[in-house]
Amino acid sequence: MTAATYRPPGTGSGSAWGRLPISTKQIIWAWAFLALPVIFFTVVRFYPTIEAFYISVTDWDLLNEAKFVGLDNYRRLFADPVFWQVFRNTFAYLIFGTPIAIVLSFAIAYYLDRVTVLHGTIRALYFLPYLTTAAAMAWVWRWFYQPVPIGVINSMLSTLGLPTQPFLRSIEQALPAIMATAIWAHLGFQIIIFMAGLRAIPTSYYEAARIDGLGEGAILRRITIPLLKPTTVFLVVFSSIGFLRIFDQVYNMTSNDPGGPLNSTKPLVLMIYQTAFSSYQMGYAAAQTVVLFTILFTISMAQLWILRSR
Amino acid sequence: MNLMTITRRSLHRPLVAAALALGVLAGGAGRAQAVEIQYWQYVFDTRVQAMTEVIKQFEAENPGITVKQVTFPYADYQTRLIAAKAAGRSPEVMQLFYGWLDTFIAGKLVQPLSKEAFKDAEIEKDFFPIVSAMKRNGEYYGLPTAVRAMALFYNKDLFQKAGLDPEKPPKTLDEFVAAAKAIAKRDAGGNYQQVGIALDIARQDHNWWREILVRQYGGESYSEDGSKVAYNTEAGAKSLEFYTGLQKVHRVGQESFMDEGQAAFRAGLAGMVVDGTFRVASYKTIQSFKWGVAELPTYDGRKANFGSYFANAIAASATGEKKAAAEKFLQFISSEKAMKVWLEKVGELPARRAVAMTDANVNDPIYGPFIRALSYASTPPMVDEAQQRQVSIDMINGVLLKDIPIKDALKVAADREQAILDKFKAK
Repeated sequence: MTAATYRPPGTGSGSAWGRLPISTKQIIWAWAFLALPVIFFTVVRFYPTIEAFYISVTDWDLLNEAKFVGLDNYRRLFADPVFWQVFRNTFAYLIFGTPIAIVLSFAIAYYLDRVTVLHGTIRALYFLPYLTTAAAMAWVWRWFYQPVPIGVINSMLSTLGLPTQPFLRSIEQALPAIMATAIWAHLGFQIIIFMAGLRAIPTSYYEAARIDGLGEGAILRRITIPLLKPTTVFLVVFSSIGFLRIFDQVYNMTSNDPGGPLNSTKPLVLMIYQTAFSSYQMGYAAAQTVVLFTILFTISMAQLWILRSR
Repeated sequence: MNLMTITRRSLHRPLVAAALALGVLAGGAGRAQAVEIQYWQYVFDTRVQAMTEVIKQFEAENPGITVKQVTFPYADYQTRLIAAKAAGRSPEVMQLFYGWLDTFIAGKLVQPLSKEAFKDAEIEKDFFPIVSAMKRNGEYYGLPTAVRAMALFYNKDLFQKAGLDPEKPPKTLDEFVAAAKAIAKRDAGGNYQQVGIALDIARQDHNWWREILVRQYGGESYSEDGSKVAYNTEAGAKSLEFYTGLQKVHRVGQESFMDEGQAAFRAGLAGMVVDGTFRVASYKTIQSFKWGVAELPTYDGRKANFGSYFANAIAASATGEKKAAAEKFLQFISSEKAMKVWLEKVGELPARRAVAMTDANVNDPIYGPFIRALSYASTPPMVDEAQQRQVSIDMINGVLLKDIPIKDALKVAADREQAILDKFKAK
């Protein structure tokens, strides 16, 4: 083995590392760098997730030893009228919030794409709310919705001689009022992503369509919307997860009575938060978390499947 | 913060050893061993300053003991205490709301006060009777420095403008409604421009209804031992009808006017508001109008009030010299001296009669009505303050927003709250 004598010093003749092929070394290096985030995610994400499943079958209350109680927490949850109310609220945010947000942001992006005057400024204005702290924004909207004399919306209604609205103090209006805030908060982000998607469609397609004499409506239906599908799928999934996890807006806009009058705006995440951190019923809260996890997982998978490219 | 304590402790150890060695060399001239205990409370500027002052005085009198004050925002405070217990790092002395006591005893966070250091007879003689809310099975679990009561705050300027005598606040609920009607103003569209009474269910009004109005109408909120909900009666119904009637019938105020009741009062747009001692410091900064405090209006001549407090207790984990130090500290912070500092700096009422019932205090235009109320205030036991409060809030909202009949709303609330009490007792 004369080759051994030509090895650079330090690698050590016959060491295990030295004998590995370059490609294997690269894989080992890659894993060495990946190890940190993998360990991090295992410790702070995957382990607690699995632990939550275990806690959900115990009566742990932070103070006393956890006892195994089987499916008691789930039985109690499904028999709890507040849970079903919260369940309906969560789906109301999702079912109304996501389509409104997607259609609105697409419409704005579609027309903003054609605006050349002050394009950057208008885009920045739409994006601005996304940069604002959710809590600060929620409080500003909370004030918008107040009765006269401090509520801006009601003051305008009153000036116009229209009847003022209770908004956050109404069991019917409180949820839509909060939903509007949540939609507005994420609009900027969705517009930017839609615009990036629009810009990515080759202009040659449009030129060809125009030469063939297609109208604007047909171009929108036949070219723009189909080619935007990957963007739309991403935004639908992203926005759905956002609405299913809604918390900041609700908590801050109804902090006097978190979850609105008679739980009219309470989403699942807020119920989990209150069960865990005001009542310290960790087992019961974990059961709610498992239910939320299942819903999120099912809906995300269903959306990916429905909107998949054939 | 914990890391700091660890490093400090490890720094202290060689020092303590050196001091001990010196002590031995000096022929045991004195005990040089320093005991460090921790005291936890929530962040509230004046309370933290008052406690810093009290600790300074305590350390001067007890050179062998150092007290480290640790504070947390109120929203996290209870969670921190419970998490610290789970981690085995409870502070030796902690401040807790009286309504948390049952949870804390069940979770073994606190220990009963020793009968030698804290004599029952002395506690009962020296403190206001509401201190009994810290007693379970014949043992006291903590003592307050200061106590709170409720009163009627009223805007003297608005009284005058409405043609009422600003020096004669309403004494009965009828006078109260009449005054509120005189002050409330609405525009052509029916929107309030100014309310007679600022209403805020979630802050103090749920207490006003459950602990005060129910009693004034001749009922009780809970059974003597606190195990049964007792407001599902004629008195409960009448008092709930009165409270919700302020918005539905008399139309003298509106929940969420100016977002919060105290904000409406501060802005000078509310004639009156029912609030606690803790609001005094904030209202004292009002520049734009004159205000006064009165004892709560009565019904049928009956007076009632709701006394509450944050008490100080010793952690179940404290033993040996730390426990001895904790006892000394607890004695000090519930002494007359500490209470004087507290009244001066925080403006909360002293828990000892001797400090509170001085002529100057009883006749004080602001503190007087609160202090006079302490002798008839009651403090009901609570097992889960947040959930029990929610029951009352939902009941009132059911009547206001869904027009649920009073008796039905009352029954649903009583059943829900009874279930909370039963569930806790079953543990």
